[in-house]
Amino acid sequence: MKPARFNYHRPGNLPDALALLAEHGGAARVLAGGQSLMPLMAMRLTRPEELIDINRIDELKGITADDTAVTIGALTRYTEILRSEVIAAAVPLLAEAIRHVAHHAIRNRGTIGGSLALADPSAETPAVCLALAARVIARSAAGEREIPIDSFFHGLMATELAEDEILVGVRIPKRAASARHAFLEFARRRGDFAQAGVILAPGHTGVPENRAVVFGVGATAWRSSALEGAMGRNIADDVYAALRLEVAAAVEDETADYKARIVTTLAERAMARLA
Amino acid sequence: MSAATDQEVGRSRVRPRARRLVAGRGRYTDDIAAPRAVHVAFYRSPHPHARIKALELSAARAIPGVVLVASGADIARHCKPFAGVHRLFIGMKAADQLPVAVDRACWQGEPVVVVAAETRAIAEDALDLIEVDWEPLEGFGTPEGALAGPAIHEQLGDNIGFDGITTTGDVATAIAGAAVVVEDTFRFGRHTGVCLEARSILAVYDPQEQSLVVHESHQCPAQQQAIFADLMGLPEHRVRVICPDVGGAFGIKQQLYGDELATCIVAKMTGRPALFVADRVESFASDIHAREHVVKARMAFAHDGSILALTLDDLFAVGAYSQYPRSSIGEASHVARLTGAPYRIPAYQARVRMVYQNKPPVGHYRAVGHPIACAVGESLIDQGARALGLDPIAVRRLNQIRDGSGPHASHGAAVLEGLTLDACLDRLLAGFDVTDFRREQAAARQRGSLLGLGIASFVELAGTGAPYYGESGAPVTAQEACLVRLEPSGHVRCQASATDQGQGTDTAIGQAVADAVGVAFDDVEVVSGDSAACPPGGGAWASRGASAGVEAAVRAGRALRAEILRLAGLILQRKPEQMYVRRGVIRDAVTGAELITIREVAVIGHYRQHLLPPGTQPDLSLVRSYVPQNQAFLTTNGIQLATVSIDPGLGEVRLLRHRVAHDSGTVINPQLLDEQIRGGVVQGLGAALFEEIRYGEDGTLGTGTLMDYLVPLATEIPDIEVVHVTTADPSTTLGAKGAGEAGTAGAAAAVLNAVNDALAPLGARVSALPLTPERVLAAIAAASSVPAEALSRQKAGT
Ligand SMILES: Cc1cc2nc3c(=O)[nH]c(=O)nc-3n(C[C@H](O)[C@H](O)[C@H](O)COP(=O)(O)OP(=O)(O)OC[C@H]3O[C@@H](n4cnc5c(N)ncnc54)[C@H](O)[C@@H]3O)c2cc1C
Repeated sequence: MKPARFNYHRPGNLPDALALLAEHGGAARVLAGGQSLMPLMAMRLTRPEELIDINRIDELKGITADDTAVTIGALTRYTEILRSEVIAAAVPLLAEAIRHVAHHAIRNRGTIGGSLALADPSAETPAVCLALAARVIARSAAGEREIPIDSFFHGLMATELAEDEILVGVRIPKRAASARHAFLEFARRRGDFAQAGVILAPGHTGVPENRAVVFGVGATAWRSSALEGAMGRNIADDVYAALRLEVAAAVEDETADYKARIVTTLAERAMARLA
Repeated sequence: MSAATDQEVGRSRVRPRARRLVAGRGRYTDDIAAPRAVHVAFYRSPHPHARIKALELSAARAIPGVVLVASGADIARHCKPFAGVHRLFIGMKAADQLPVAVDRACWQGEPVVVVAAETRAIAEDALDLIEVDWEPLEGFGTPEGALAGPAIHEQLGDNIGFDGITTTGDVATAIAGAAVVVEDTFRFGRHTGVCLEARSILAVYDPQEQSLVVHESHQCPAQQQAIFADLMGLPEHRVRVICPDVGGAFGIKQQLYGDELATCIVAKMTGRPALFVADRVESFASDIHAREHVVKARMAFAHDGSILALTLDDLFAVGAYSQYPRSSIGEASHVARLTGAPYRIPAYQARVRMVYQNKPPVGHYRAVGHPIACAVGESLIDQGARALGLDPIAVRRLNQIRDGSGPHASHGAAVLEGLTLDACLDRLLAGFDVTDFRREQAAARQRGSLLGLGIASFVELAGTGAPYYGESGAPVTAQEACLVRLEPSGHVRCQASATDQGQGTDTAIGQAVADAVGVAFDDVEVVSGDSAACPPGGGAWASRGASAGVEAAVRAGRALRAEILRLAGLILQRKPEQMYVRRGVIRDAVTGAELITIREVAVIGHYRQHLLPPGTQPDLSLVRSYVPQNQAFLTTNGIQLATVSIDPGLGEVRLLRHRVAHDSGTVINPQLLDEQIRGGVVQGLGAALFEEIRYGEDGTLGTGTLMDYLVPLATEIPDIEVVHVTTADPSTTLGAKGAGEAGTAGAAAAVLNAVNDALAPLGARVSALPLTPERVLAAIAAASSVPAEALSRQKAGT
C-alpha cells in the first residue's frame, strides 16, 4: 500500500495552483484534506503523476456571509464548519449533517471542497448542498464560474468540474427564520458512510420551494419528486410507492429492496418530524 | 480476594508492557532495524481459480532497486511442500501446499510472484509490471457449490477433506417419541481476527553458519522454529524465532503462511535480511479466516422440555488448503464435540464435513468452533421452549448438567469435568431481573418497539491436553515450561515458553512467580517469545496461558524457593522447614523474625560459594514444565445474557446490556481476567452484528478494507458486565482454568437469541450471522406475509 510515484507541488496561491493545473490537466490531482485521496493513492486505485497540494492557499479557507448567502471556502475543514456561529445561525442543517461525517480525526482534516469534488453518493455535504440549492464556485486559469448544484453531480464520483478547474468554494443561501428541515440518516456504526439518508428542506430561503434529497442510494444524491410533491400536504400511501419506484430506478443491484425499505422508513420519520 | 495483603495472585496489576505500548514504545517486528534489508511484496492471484500459463517478469526485474523477482517454482527449489493433515482424524485429506503458487492459483490472494526491493514502494512498482497469462478456471466459493463441484485438487478425488459422524444413543426412536421437534439451518459468515499489527516477518539468513534468525509477529516461536528448519532443510538448533511485541493475534498468527516462509527463502536467496509486512488489503485476502459453516440441526423435546435428541449436519468450508501445521479441522470437530454440551442429551448424531473451496484457508480464530456450537444449540433450545410454551431459562435449568455431578461423558464424546453451570446461571441472574425485563418488553411492544432477551450457555474446552496434538503428527505441544532464575541482585528473571500478544500472560506469570518464590512483583521480570532464549513450549493458543503457562511458572518458582531455603538453611545452620520466605526476606517459621534476605542468599549463591559447606552446588536457575498429560481438554463453562432493541423500520439491532458469568477457576489478576472476557465478547458481538468477509459465488473477494469489513466500535458496544464463579481446577497447583475465549464463545449466540426473542411477536426469525439490517428486514418482511401463528406451528412440527 504505497502510492505510485508522483511529483509533488505546493503552490502558495491560487493563480499558481491554477497554472499548474492548466499545465498538467488530467495528469494532475488536487490534494485537500487527503482523507479520500490518500487511501485511493495508497491502494494505487488512482495514480496522479502530479499532486497539487492546496493546503497552503489561504484564499480557499474560511466562511463569509452576505445578506443572502454564506460562502464557504473549499479548504474549510469540517471541524471549522461545526464550530462556526455563522453556520449555526444561517445553515444549521449543514452543521447537523457534518456531525454524522466520520470521526474527529477525519473531520479535522477533511474539507467541504474535497467532499463536493469527490461526490461520494453516501456523503452528507453534497446531499445538504443539493437540498439547499447551493452554488459551487469553480475557477480555472481562464476565469471563474458558478455552477448551480442541480447540474453539478454527473454520476458516480463524477462532477461538472473541468480538469483545469479548482473548486474554490460553495455559496449556500441563508435560511429564512421560519424555515425548518429534517435530516435523517442510517449508518451501520456511528460515523460510517450512510446506508441511506433523507433530507427535507421545505422553503429554506423563504421562497416556496420544496426540496427533498435522498443520499446513499444510487450513483449520486438525488432529489425525490415524490417527497417534494408530498411536503406540506396530507401524505397518502402512494407517495411511498412512488418513492420506492424512484429508489428502484436509482439502484441497480440486489440491494434495491433493502434500500427501498430503509429510505421509506427514513422518509416517513422525516415527514413526521416536519408535520 | 486474598486475606494476606502481600499476596500477588488475586490482585489487579496493570501490565508493565502496556505502559510501554501506550507510550508509543512498542517494539514490533517492523520496528526491528535490519541494515540492508530488502522489502518483500507479493503479486497475488486476482482470480479465485486460474491456471498460470506464462509469467512475464523481465520488466519488473529491470526496475532500479529491485533485488529479486521470483516465481513459485524458484521459491519451491528451497523448501519442501507441506500439508495440513491431523492424524487423529482418520481419513482426512489435504493437498500439498507450496509457499508461492506453481502452475495454478486456487484462491484469490494466493501469492504467485515474490518481489524483493530496496523499498516497499519499489517492490510495489515492480508488482505493477508483472504480467501473468491467466487461464481462469471455474471457482467454487460457497460450501454447497464446493461440495457438488469437481475436485479442486485432482489427487484428492473430491472436495471433501473430512467426513465424520459422532453418534450417541438412538436418534430415530427419540425423535419419533418427541412432543416437539425444532429444526433450522444456520449460516455463519466468514470472518477473521483483525489484528492492529498486521502479519510481519523479518528473516536473516547466514550462509556460513547455515543459521536463520527470524523476528515474526507470531504466537508460537518454538513451533515456527521447528517448521522453518524442517521445510528449509536447516539444522533446527541453528534456527531461532523471536516474537517481539505482537499487536494482537487471536489465532491468526498461529500457523505457517506461505508468504512468511517465502520471506525466509528470499533472505537465503538474496543473502540480505528480508522484511515482509502485510498491508490491510492483503490481510483481508490472506489472513486465516474462520467460521464459514452451514449447520442443519434438529432438537427433539418431551412435553416437559427435556431434550430427547439432537442432530446436526455441519458443512464447513475451509478454503483451498488445510492450514499448516494444525490443519483446519479443529473448528468442525469442536462443533461436533460441543453443540448442546451444557445439557444431558441421550441421543445425538453429528455429521461434520470439511470441504475445500476456492477461498483462502480457514483455521483457528479465538474460540475455535465454540461460537458455532453455542449458537446452534442455544438457538434450538429457545426455539423448543417457544414451541412448548415454556420459559427458556427453565428449560435450560431442567436439562443442564448438574454442578458436582462428577465427570460427564458427553454426547459429543468429550469428558466434561467440574462443570458449574448451575452456579453460573445463578450468578448471571443474580444481577438481572428477568421478570422486570419481560414487563418492560411487553410495554415496549404496546408502543410498537421490539425488545429481546437472549441467553447462551456454553461449555468450553479451555486448555488442550497432550493427546490432541500428540496424535496429530504436527510439531505442536500442549506443554509449557518456565525457567526461573534468582539473579545475584536478588531479582528473579523468568524465561517462559508461553507468549503474550496483549493478554497479559507475562504479567500473570510475574504475579504467580512472585508468590511462588516469595518476592515482590516488581522484583520479577518475565521474558518470552524467543525460541532460543526460552525453553520449548506451546506459546499461545487455546485458553491455556494461565492453566499451563502460569502453572509451569508456579512449579518452577516453588522449586526455586525450595532451593533458596536449602541454601539459607546451609548458611544459617537451620532446617528449611523452620523458615519461610516473604517479599524477599527469609523468616523464622515460628517467630516471624527476619533471618536473612533473598539477596544475601543470591550473593552467596552466585559470588561467594566458598562460604557454603563443602560439596554444595547452588542451583539458582531452575526449569519446570507442565502438560495436562492424559486429559484431551480442560473443560469449563459460562453463560452470557444479551438484551437488544430492534428498529423494525431499519432492521437495526442495538445492544442494550451484555452480561457474562464465567468460571475461570483461580483468579490470578481480576482486571486482566475481566478484560479478557470483555475483549472476547466484543469479538463475538462483531460476529453477531457486523463482521463478514464477503465473497462472490465463484470465490471473488468483495471485502478489501475496514470500510467494508465492520469491526465493532466503542460506540456500538454496551458496558459488558462480568461476574465470576471460581472453582479451582483440582489437577493443578494453581487451579486456573482459562478465560481468553469464553467471551467469544457465547456472545453471538446470546445476541442471536435476543434478536429472535424480539422478533418472535412478528413471527419472524433469523438464523444467519451477522445479523445485518438487510437480513433482519428481510425476515420481518417474510414474516408479515405469513400469519405469525402458522409460522410457529410450521417451525415446531417436522
Ligand atoms: C474513515 C473515514 C470515514 C469517512 N466517513 C465519511 C462519512 O461518514 N461521510 C462523508 O461524507 N465522508 C466521509 N469520509 C470522507 C471524508 O469526508 C473526506 O474528507 C472527503 O470526502 C474528502 O475531503 P478531503 O478534503 O479529505 O479531500 P481529498 O481526499 O484531499 O480529495 C478528494 C478528491 O477531491 C479532489 N479535490 C479536493 N479538493 C478539491 C478542490 N478544492 N478542487 C477540486 N478538486 C478537489 C481531490 O483531487 C480528490 O479527487 C470518511 C473518510 C474516512 C477516512
